[in-house]
Amino acid sequence: MTANLRIERVEISLGERRLIDLSATVAPGAVLTVMGPSGSGKSTLLAYIAGFLEPPFRAKGRIFIGEREITDLPANERRTGLLFQDPMLFPHMSVGDNLLFAIAAGGGHRQRRGIAEAALAEAGLDGFFDRDPATLSGGQAARTALMRVLVSQPQALLLDEPFSRLDADLRGQIRAFVFAEAVERRLPVLLVTHDEADARAAGGPVVVLE
Amino acid sequence: MPTRPPLPVALAVAPALAIAVLAAPVGFGLIATVLPAFGWFPALGGETLSLAPWRELLATPGLWRSAAISLAAGLLTTAAALAAVIAFVAGWSHTRAFRAIQHLISPLLSVPHAAAAFGIAFLIAPSGWLMRLVSPELTGFARPPDWLIVNDPWGLAMMAGLLVKELPFLFLVTLAALPQVRSHLHVRTAASLGYGRIAGFVLTAWPLTYPQIRLAVFAVIAYASSAVDVAIILGPTRPAPLAVRLVEWMNDPDLAMRFKASAGALLQLGLTATAILLWVGGERIAAVLLRRLCRSGRRFRREGPARLAAAAVVTAAAAAVFAGLAVLALWSFAGYWSFPDAVPRTLTLDIWRRELPGLTRPLAVTVGIGLAATALAVAIALACLERESRTGERVRGRSPYILYLPLLVPQVSFVFGMQLAFLLAGIGASILAVVLAHLVFVLPYVLLSLSDPWHALDPRYARVAASLGAGAGLVFWRVRLPMLAAAILVGAAVGFAVSIGQYLPTLLIGAGRWPTVTTEAVALASGGDRRVIGVYAFVQMLLPFLGFMIATLVPAVAFMRRRDMRPAGA
Amino acid sequence: MPMFFRLFLATCLGFVGASGAWALDPSDWPAILAKARGQTVYFHAWGGARNINDYIAWAGDQVKARHGVTVVHVKLDDTANAVAKIVAEKAAGIDAAGSVDLIWINGENFAAMKRRDLLLKPGWAEKLPNWRHVDWRTKPTILVDFTTPTDGLEAPWGMAKLVFFHDTARGLAMPDSFAELVEWAKAHPGRFTYPAPPDFMGSSFLKQALIESAADRSVLAEPAVEGEFEKATAPLFAALDTMHPHLWRGGRTFPKNKEAMRQLLADDEIDIAFAFSPAEASNAIANGELAETVRSFVFSGGTLANTHFVAIPYNAAAREGALVLADFLMSPEAQLRKQDPAVWGDPTVLDTASLPAEYRDAFDRLDLGVATLRPAELGPALTEPHASWMTRLEEEWTRRYGVAN
Repeated sequence: MTANLRIERVEISLGERRLIDLSATVAPGAVLTVMGPSGSGKSTLLAYIAGFLEPPFRAKGRIFIGEREITDLPANERRTGLLFQDPMLFPHMSVGDNLLFAIAAGGGHRQRRGIAEAALAEAGLDGFFDRDPATLSGGQAARTALMRVLVSQPQALLLDEPFSRLDADLRGQIRAFVFAEAVERRLPVLLVTHDEADARAAGGPVVVLE
Repeated sequence: MPTRPPLPVALAVAPALAIAVLAAPVGFGLIATVLPAFGWFPALGGETLSLAPWRELLATPGLWRSAAISLAAGLLTTAAALAAVIAFVAGWSHTRAFRAIQHLISPLLSVPHAAAAFGIAFLIAPSGWLMRLVSPELTGFARPPDWLIVNDPWGLAMMAGLLVKELPFLFLVTLAALPQVRSHLHVRTAASLGYGRIAGFVLTAWPLTYPQIRLAVFAVIAYASSAVDVAIILGPTRPAPLAVRLVEWMNDPDLAMRFKASAGALLQLGLTATAILLWVGGERIAAVLLRRLCRSGRRFRREGPARLAAAAVVTAAAAAVFAGLAVLALWSFAGYWSFPDAVPRTLTLDIWRRELPGLTRPLAVTVGIGLAATALAVAIALACLERESRTGERVRGRSPYILYLPLLVPQVSFVFGMQLAFLLAGIGASILAVVLAHLVFVLPYVLLSLSDPWHALDPRYARVAASLGAGAGLVFWRVRLPMLAAAILVGAAVGFAVSIGQYLPTLLIGAGRWPTVTTEAVALASGGDRRVIGVYAFVQMLLPFLGFMIATLVPAVAFMRRRDMRPAGA
Repeated sequence: MPMFFRLFLATCLGFVGASGAWALDPSDWPAILAKARGQTVYFHAWGGARNINDYIAWAGDQVKARHGVTVVHVKLDDTANAVAKIVAEKAAGIDAAGSVDLIWINGENFAAMKRRDLLLKPGWAEKLPNWRHVDWRTKPTILVDFTTPTDGLEAPWGMAKLVFFHDTARGLAMPDSFAELVEWAKAHPGRFTYPAPPDFMGSSFLKQALIESAADRSVLAEPAVEGEFEKATAPLFAALDTMHPHLWRGGRTFPKNKEAMRQLLADDEIDIAFAFSPAEASNAIANGELAETVRSFVFSGGTLANTHFVAIPYNAAAREGALVLADFLMSPEAQLRKQDPAVWGDPTVLDTASLPAEYRDAFDRLDLGVATLRPAELGPALTEPHASWMTRLEEEWTRRYGVAN
């Protein structure tokens, strides 16, 4: 089941200053790239869509995934998978537990562990289930973070400069992996970045904020 | 804006509960001090308002000198302790010596003030251990010289006693604040511009760090300007500092002295407030000076003497406490031990054998009350902080200092009134009342030590968890709680230590029904037997020390295989 | 907050509650014993000495075994803490279920509590069964506590007499009067001191000195009045003015209490200490706190003597139990054990000659300890001046010496 991510006349302002004024539709498997210098409000847009916008920002406009409006839902019911520039793996859990935390409740332990192991294998991380996240390399951690989002079965992916902390040679590799997974699962992707290479690799439409 | 799910009741009422727990007893205690200060206390025959208690207070010989000593102790010891901490942290961070001293100094927090003061008194007195070490061989003294060291009229011995306890507290509070302001980055930047270590730290990192620890500094000023236990043991006697004298008036057999004592308690309150105000004035001046220094571009590269002095002061403070305690420990095994013997002629287990059986119940009561008060305090503090995280409203922002009232208002100025409050509420002398009374003092410390690590936790963890589908409860229990486990345990250990140190509230509110190690220790200390004091000082210190050890070991073991959960070395 | 408001009102109004009516008559002893059974008595007593604490624990065990009364020793560092509690309870209107059942007391604390109506009335001590052995005929301080009549509001527990002690190994001649002490201090600079009044022991020292130096001792039994006070104390303060520069630390500081003073003797900082308990030195030696060569002495012209008591607050919850304990503390058995220096060493309040033969012999056989003077060696007893003298003395001392120049 896949659907569009639809942004309907979303306006975000800070005091008197209008930061964002955007309407867009992202098709399943497509990437919408939002670019802009720091302070332009591009991360604020992601926060609004994911349900974390905090004062002093004010926002209006509606957001849909398919026919489901998520504008007023609590963050944990939106099913918008979020990736930051840091992998944000929970340091007190093993790699496997990070994934189990993300998998929806239900199913026996063995079945849940199977899902997690399969996801790790898909990311080339066989046998990493019991590893301490602190011992992973940058690329391994980034792939684990992506797999953690994917096993939570999101209906859209929100990427907040997820490649900016990676080494140049690793960056392309991880970028390709993320986009490939998104296409394969037919997820609409909203990418926020200031790196033109990201935008080119995404291949979709680009919105540039002032 | 997304609608927020309704808060669980426990979280919704948490701030109000915290304020009630803290402000109500303090507020009521103050009222019950203010009224007698103006002559109103019908149970003692005071049925009209009058200024007589004030006239009597102001006619007391040496009153202003007592007040001046208290004021000076509050400001000077805090300034000296803070200066030593700044210079030491600035000059020695990220060195091996720093780490060694850091490990040495942390356990000092768990040493009760009175025990530390006793130890120091016996160390530096003319008949004390230092003199015994070198007599008569080096000094030629076969009997102690008649030198006024302890109880000197300037209060220097008392200030030294206060300093060695304030230093570790301010040091650890500062250490906790440094990572939040990323001090090392600023210091490195300054160093690359050619500034000395200390100058670089003071000019760049300190202005960011200070606001984080300001409250703790105020608490130190309040404590030092109103300390009773340390002042009795080491302080001047002609006259004694104000707080000591007003406890004497409060304890005077002539009950009419209560009126004067209440007026004195208000004077003490005003004195502590004055000390804090003067300090705030000093902050302004220091800020201006700092700004000038910044603009002057002077690099202060020659800082060797300052670094050495800082290390010397910090090491000496730690060494004095440890040596004092070691000598007290030796006393607990001593037979008759006279001057100038450096060690007792006979060692015996008698004192321990005699004291230990009587310690069982006080130990159980101490641990019971300490755990209950700490558990309540941690629960309330976590509820307040979790509420902040969920609603974005900061409790501190709305009622900044109310939560810390018990730290800033001198205990002697409201604890007698508080006793009355509990009696009127019908829970006098119950263990519930004692736990609540302890909670008043435990909660602010727990809140103080928890709120910084709580706010320092990267909020993106909670966002990631929520976007993975975790509800607010799950985020709290599975993400914030375990990630902050170490900080919570340390906060609990601090709270436990605070609970163990309570004397007046335990005795007065518990009506003596609940003997703790501390109430027993103070009662026995009044008998002046150094060997018994040694036993109790040891036990009194052992409990908080165990608390801190558990707080360190549990997360270390639980997260043995999680590298990023280990406490970061300084 | 209605409750808060109620509390506030309660303090503002204050209530002088009617003190609980007390119908029981101690002369109907069986009825008291019956009511006492099962009660818990909270005995508030100074807890600074382990031997005394042990003695109280023993007494508690005895009344538990015999009369089913449980005794809890609430250890105080200062009797005033218990008085404070009773005052707070009175302010809170707790007039029947107070937390203090029995209190170790004498002198100023007793006078203050009696004056403020904080004691159980009417007088009960003289109706207790064991009163019949009390030696009130030759020990006047049993009926008059610091010139305040006891009126049966407190039961005698032990006798006290001012006794000096010194270390004979230091080979010093000791003074035999206050006047000689002043000279002694001048000859031995830095080797004498006394606890700073208003500490109990320090004030007692002043009273001893006052009685010895006053031209007319008879005025001391009357309340101190203007004029008389100045006249009677002039020689005392002249002597103190002379003596102070020669005291320990040049008189610039004073020890806090007698325990601190005793420690100074042990540390060889001073040569003379004193206490109100004739057995103090023997106990301290047995305890390893003083050298074995320490011995006691008194002034041949006499030293201060007084009695310490137990009293029941007006609002005690376990009155009957408190009576039973107070009576037991006065019993020949308890008094014998109390005078045993291995236990406490406090002189008895009883007339040992009136006791049954077994107890009389036991008292005679007691070995009082190496440093304890026999009753016959204790010298004449000087009675305490009127309580107002102590108050004025403390004020005047604080005015003159409380603030160093």
